[in-house]
Amino acid sequence: MDKISVTKLEELKAEIIDSRKDQMTTITVCGGTGCHAYGCLQIAEAFKDEIKKQKLKDQVDVRTTGCHGFCERGPITVIQPEGIFYQRVKLEDISEVVTQTIVNKKIIDRLLYVEPRTGEKIIEEKEVPFYKKQKRIIFGNNGFIDPTDINDYIALDGYKALAKVLFDMTADEVIAEVKNSRLRGRGGAGFLTGLKWEICHNAHSDMKYIICNADEGDPGAYMDRSLLEGNPHSVIEGMIIGAYAIGASEGFIYVRMEYPLAVKNITLALEQARKLGFLGHSILGSEFSFDIHVFKGAGAFVSGEETSMMASIEGRRAFPRQRPPFPAEKGLWGKPTNINNVETWANIPLILNKGADWYAQIGTKKSKGTKIFSLVGKINNTGLVEVPMGITLKEIIYEIGGGIKDGKKFKAVQTGGPSGGCIPAHMLDLTIDFDTLTKAGSMMGSGGMIVMDEDTCMVDVARYFLDFTQEESCGKCVPCRVGTRQLVEILTRITQGKGEETDIKKLEDLAETIKAGSLCGLGQTAPNPVLTTLRYFKNEYEAHIEQKSCPALVCKDLIVYDIDPKKCVGCLLCLKNCPVTAISGERKQVHVIDQDLCIKCGACLDVCPPKISAVAKYTGKKKKRILKNPKSKRVKK
Amino acid sequence: MEKIFTEFKANQRDLIHILHMVQAEYGYISPEAIAAISKHLKISENEIYGVLTFYKAFCLKPRGEHLITICMGTACHVRGAPRILDEFKRELGIEPGETSDDNLFTLETVNCVGACALGPIVISNGDYHGQMKTREVDKLIGKIKRDIKE
Repeated sequence: MDKISVTKLEELKAEIIDSRKDQMTTITVCGGTGCHAYGCLQIAEAFKDEIKKQKLKDQVDVRTTGCHGFCERGPITVIQPEGIFYQRVKLEDISEVVTQTIVNKKIIDRLLYVEPRTGEKIIEEKEVPFYKKQKRIIFGNNGFIDPTDINDYIALDGYKALAKVLFDMTADEVIAEVKNSRLRGRGGAGFLTGLKWEICHNAHSDMKYIICNADEGDPGAYMDRSLLEGNPHSVIEGMIIGAYAIGASEGFIYVRMEYPLAVKNITLALEQARKLGFLGHSILGSEFSFDIHVFKGAGAFVSGEETSMMASIEGRRAFPRQRPPFPAEKGLWGKPTNINNVETWANIPLILNKGADWYAQIGTKKSKGTKIFSLVGKINNTGLVEVPMGITLKEIIYEIGGGIKDGKKFKAVQTGGPSGGCIPAHMLDLTIDFDTLTKAGSMMGSGGMIVMDEDTCMVDVARYFLDFTQEESCGKCVPCRVGTRQLVEILTRITQGKGEETDIKKLEDLAETIKAGSLCGLGQTAPNPVLTTLRYFKNEYEAHIEQKSCPALVCKDLIVYDIDPKKCVGCLLCLKNCPVTAISGERKQVHVIDQDLCIKCGACLDVCPPKISAVAKYTGKKKKRILKNPKSKRVKK
Repeated sequence: MEKIFTEFKANQRDLIHILHMVQAEYGYISPEAIAAISKHLKISENEIYGVLTFYKAFCLKPRGEHLITICMGTACHVRGAPRILDEFKRELGIEPGETSDDNLFTLETVNCVGACALGPIVISNGDYHGQMKTREVDKLIGKIKRDIKE
């Protein structure tokens, strides 16, 4: 393909649509990392083979698309234009789907999504409750686009905003439009994007850079990955528009190495964009030139901090540095640099296409637009959800997420990753926007939303996050390097039942010192998981310290597994599955766990049939009692 | 090594790219490789060592034949990843970051692979095993060992 000029863009779009007009039906198979793990590639291949076999190739297109978001139900197949939503599709279903649904236009009941509360079977994707409450303006196209084919993006008005910007707007006008949209950075801090651009635009230099921050290190968040994997051109188009507004001539996409598919898809997308003249010299025949490189991260959480990221791109250790000077004045190699998050960039083409006014009417007064969250943990509908700002946590967790797994009780939701905090049940009516989340002691962060149920120990969660930040602290500032380590040590001690009364005070003091004495966001926010769990779940800390018990039955040192002799039917299941042969007993006789041998792996509890449920965990006084008379008082049936 | 160098100008900004390529090609970064990179980029071995030990992606020792990675992301954590990790540690007799004596297995943890719906997740040689249970750990190790024999 040759480079195209702006006048040719519309023609190209018409050509692409025309070439597909005979293909009345499209089978889209979700190709996100989640569905990959379920084997979606084989499903897509099988569909292609079956279509060929049934000689339907001229009428039916099979497309592996970006992530549909509903990872819980993968592999997902949606048949367009009807939008028929088939979930958990297996290889043996393929020929039936083609024969029944594609040819005979009949729905296959067993592949439909069943609404668990009503038992109703739902046919169309948009009617599934998981999608119904969402507002998928950024993420919605993922399900229609094959990310490896730029034509799919162009067919959906891709690069139209770029053409408009390059030929009908000045850089100032673009910045004004983004400013008017009130878009705030989606990386976590929520700085106004338009303002950030303006500062960089006004900086004088012979060379300017822009960076797309795709170093999504927050564990449990994966929306940036899904955008890069599923709709890479939307990010690229946003970046080119940003570069034009700022006056940058070189850009970088800094992507985590843990996301191999994202690296692959974005690299391919850049090649295709370059071939068609959306990147490189004289873009679309205009006077503007710009190109983008992919930079593969090397596994350091701190690289997500902007000054660290720049150090990393320069080939050095990812150490943060003092600001000011801000990157907008002195960034990469000392030149003005603008960094935005993946999702922020993906918002840009939309704002330019539909206008700032349209965008600004979505969301709340101070937080505009939508936000993508990765809803994970102990939730029924795990997946990526895009919601308008101002929605409540309750709506996300119960209406979109379908409530808590296995009918358990909700305990907390963690937002903002290692920098954020845990929000308890009584605050579920909280609306989602930058400011209310910060007020609650947590933060928006990049969009991880981890749901925790009654079986989650909040002290253990705090220990988990601090263990993470301690490991990821770059070591530059002493309060962060040494302080997080101290926090982990105290928390670990508490979870081991060795906590002391003064520990809570020590935790609070240390947390304040680390916050005050750290240079970058990592250290400044690292104590948040401790502070919020102390704020909302102090009773759990006290139980660990005073009663040496773990109410959620998680902390290994504070629990025992035991078999209830009244319930045990002697089925041998736990005995066979115990990896250390700590369980003794005969068929139809009560089994006993030897507490000295038990490693508390939980295999016995996992396999004990729910109807019997003879195996259980105990903590506190009951644990002591069990340890005191391990076998003596047990009567065989 | 020379082949890798031809793709880059002698510039510090290429250090991490080069390290990635050496790691992919040889499985680890040897002292010889560090010396060669130092000569090519004209930066001290000391500094290269500093950079490569800062990042988790690079290792100084060769890995075992089979890499087992346990996802320790938050979603996996609340779904029981620590118990899975303990079981691998016990079965293989090694800690994360170590390689078994027979050089068959290297055990590693990762902060998040972003396949949270499938948690807890174990990745063996690039294959994702979702919703792992502790009792499935020895089965998975057994399967890998059997595959080796075949």
